[in-house]
Amino acid sequence: MDLLRDLLFDYTLRTVALGAATLGIVAGALGTFAVLRRQSLLGDAISHAALPGIVLAFLLTGMKSTFVLVLGAAIAGWIGTLIVMLVVRHSRVPEDSALGIVLSVFFGAGLVLLTYVQKLPDASQAGLDRFLFGQAATMLSRDIVVIGGLGAIALLAVVIFWKEFKLLSFDPEFGASLGVPMRTVDILLTTFLVIAIVIGLQTVGVVLMSALVIAPAAAARQWTNSLSVMVVLAALFGAIAGVTGAVISSSAQHVPTGPTIVLAATTLVLFSMLAAPERGLVWSALSRRRQRQQIRADAVLADLYALAGHHAGEHGHELAVLETMRAGRTDVRRALDVLEQRGLARRDNRNRWSITDAGRAEVESEKEQS
Amino acid sequence: MIALEIQLVAIVVSVACSLAGVFLVLRRMALMSDAISHTVLLGIVLVFFITRDIGSPLLVVGAAAMGVATVALVELVRRTRLVREDASIGLVFPALFSIAVILITRYAGSVHLDTDAVLLGEIAFAPFRRFEAGGVDLGPRALWIMGGILILNVSFIAILYKELKLSTFDPGLAAALGFAPGVLHYAFMTLVSITAVGAFDTVGSILVVALMIAPPATAYLLSDSLPRVLVLSAAIATIAALGGFWAAWLIDASIAGCMAAAAGVLFLLAFMLGPDRGLIAVARRRERQRWEFARLMLAIHLLHHEGTEASAEENRETHLGEHLRWEPQFAARVVREAEEHDLLRRLPDGQLRLTSSGRLAAERAMAG
Repeated sequence: MDLLRDLLFDYTLRTVALGAATLGIVAGALGTFAVLRRQSLLGDAISHAALPGIVLAFLLTGMKSTFVLVLGAAIAGWIGTLIVMLVVRHSRVPEDSALGIVLSVFFGAGLVLLTYVQKLPDASQAGLDRFLFGQAATMLSRDIVVIGGLGAIALLAVVIFWKEFKLLSFDPEFGASLGVPMRTVDILLTTFLVIAIVIGLQTVGVVLMSALVIAPAAAARQWTNSLSVMVVLAALFGAIAGVTGAVISSSAQHVPTGPTIVLAATTLVLFSMLAAPERGLVWSALSRRRQRQQIRADAVLADLYALAGHHAGEHGHELAVLETMRAGRTDVRRALDVLEQRGLARRDNRNRWSITDAGRAEVESEKEQS
Repeated sequence: MIALEIQLVAIVVSVACSLAGVFLVLRRMALMSDAISHTVLLGIVLVFFITRDIGSPLLVVGAAAMGVATVALVELVRRTRLVREDASIGLVFPALFSIAVILITRYAGSVHLDTDAVLLGEIAFAPFRRFEAGGVDLGPRALWIMGGILILNVSFIAILYKELKLSTFDPGLAAALGFAPGVLHYAFMTLVSITAVGAFDTVGSILVVALMIAPPATAYLLSDSLPRVLVLSAAIATIAALGGFWAAWLIDASIAGCMAAAAGVLFLLAFMLGPDRGLIAVARRRERQRWEFARLMLAIHLLHHEGTEASAEENRETHLGEHLRWEPQFAARVVREAEEHDLLRRLPDGQLRLTSSGRLAAERAMAG
């Protein structure tokens, strides 16, 4: 309850939670498209590529206002993406290598600029390195305005261009045949992905921001097959991860924000991968078991049917006979129990088994179908 | 002396990384280097908690093991088919890296690692940590470690060259011939992990990626033969190391960062100026082919109307605009160039007539 009271009344914590929730929502929603388009690692490249932009923006303007730095980050991230696209289109360098080069070279350039700035005589540059691993505790309400404003633009774009983005994610060729300029749509979507990433850099850091793009979407994917539901769920998961991580790290000492948010998001993914209905690992293990049981029962039922064909009238058979027919490979006892429950087989008072009329009908209808 | 030693370390690190990187690039596993170079940190931290000794050689073992575990974990997550491979990499390594960073910051007092060193490495300090045997100074420790790793890389590639080559370019055939691609894959990833651990110490986790990917990708733009790509990427890595060192010295900034930037500049140069596949070379080739094609078109046009009644009218420069839809300037240039190439002659009355070599070229083009 203390935490709840703090969230409502503690100004710093409220600001931090609000900011983290906003960027989680935006990253989750835009990340959905990145994950569906197999561009998960583009986010990694964008966030790393943003670093030199942040430092250059500071060097050129001398300002540390969030808007200026975010703008610099966005421009650099966007240029990085453009280079990846150019290299992939115009050379034989594979996409993963192009991403790796942009990611590491831009980041290297960013570190060069950062070490250069840190040696400048005045101390106004202090704090730029919070962009490496992120620091939620430094968030102010005017940062929230920037994050919220840019995030709202990105979300609005998703709503406005919903149909185009959907086409791009699932069937770009079909989109092109409809006359939709898919290349422009691609650049548009990537631009908003860049925005979603750069607004999170201050809180999560360039090193780990990509995880906040991937994880909520990957978690949401497990629960649904519908794009709209997935976007909403991913936004929700992003918000949960953001708030959990940011609140934990700003209320405890020596806990960096970025990694905490990432672990919160990873936990959501693990939980979803295990527990989600239809796709989850637990669910599919259970349904596999059910299927095996079904097949086993069907086989025993077929045996009973065959035996009934040899004998006129009701004639019970020992369990041992049925077990021999299955060559001892299946648990016949359990299969018979299942069949009895379904009314397809019955046992007489001497514990011998025979097929019922319903069972016979079942086998015959199966035969007709095949 | 110190500058010389730093440069030596830089060269050895870059060359070792670039050799392993060639196969990462060719096998399209470039971003595995990103994953591994991050997660080795967790290996180091965990082993440190057990041994409490930052100099322990076990750290390297733990880190390399964590690198291989990362590969296996990514594979495991992908096998569930619940997420795709790219997302699988993007989920696994940030999580492991986050755990490592949290452990480091929480126990910052007892771990002699800080997050700056994780990202930047400490190549500038490499000469201050000496390797001594029996009281005799044998040079920087990093040089010995990375030298060993370099030799390991070279011998691994030399001994398993055939297997690596086959499984890289035709994994199906390699498996059919019984080369145990799985075993080779994990052996190679172990090598990558060991290299990443060694380089991690000097250049930091993210710049390892630059050294592993950029020089091989650059070499891949410049050559088609595997041995040449290997040699070229080692050479490019050396240039990047030296260029980076001197750039850093000039502007007094991070050496590792400058090395990565230098590797990036070299890649960009090859991408733009490469002799066969560079942007400019390709654009020029396209341009040349365009004019060649136009000249051939003209020759075919002339051949088509040659000896017909309309030839006096058709075979003129002014008529090409109507027939081939060429702009007058374009037509003039094509005619001039065709003349220079001895495909046609201009008669005094302005008619164009094929020369024998022009006729031959047109006939050959028509015959396909």
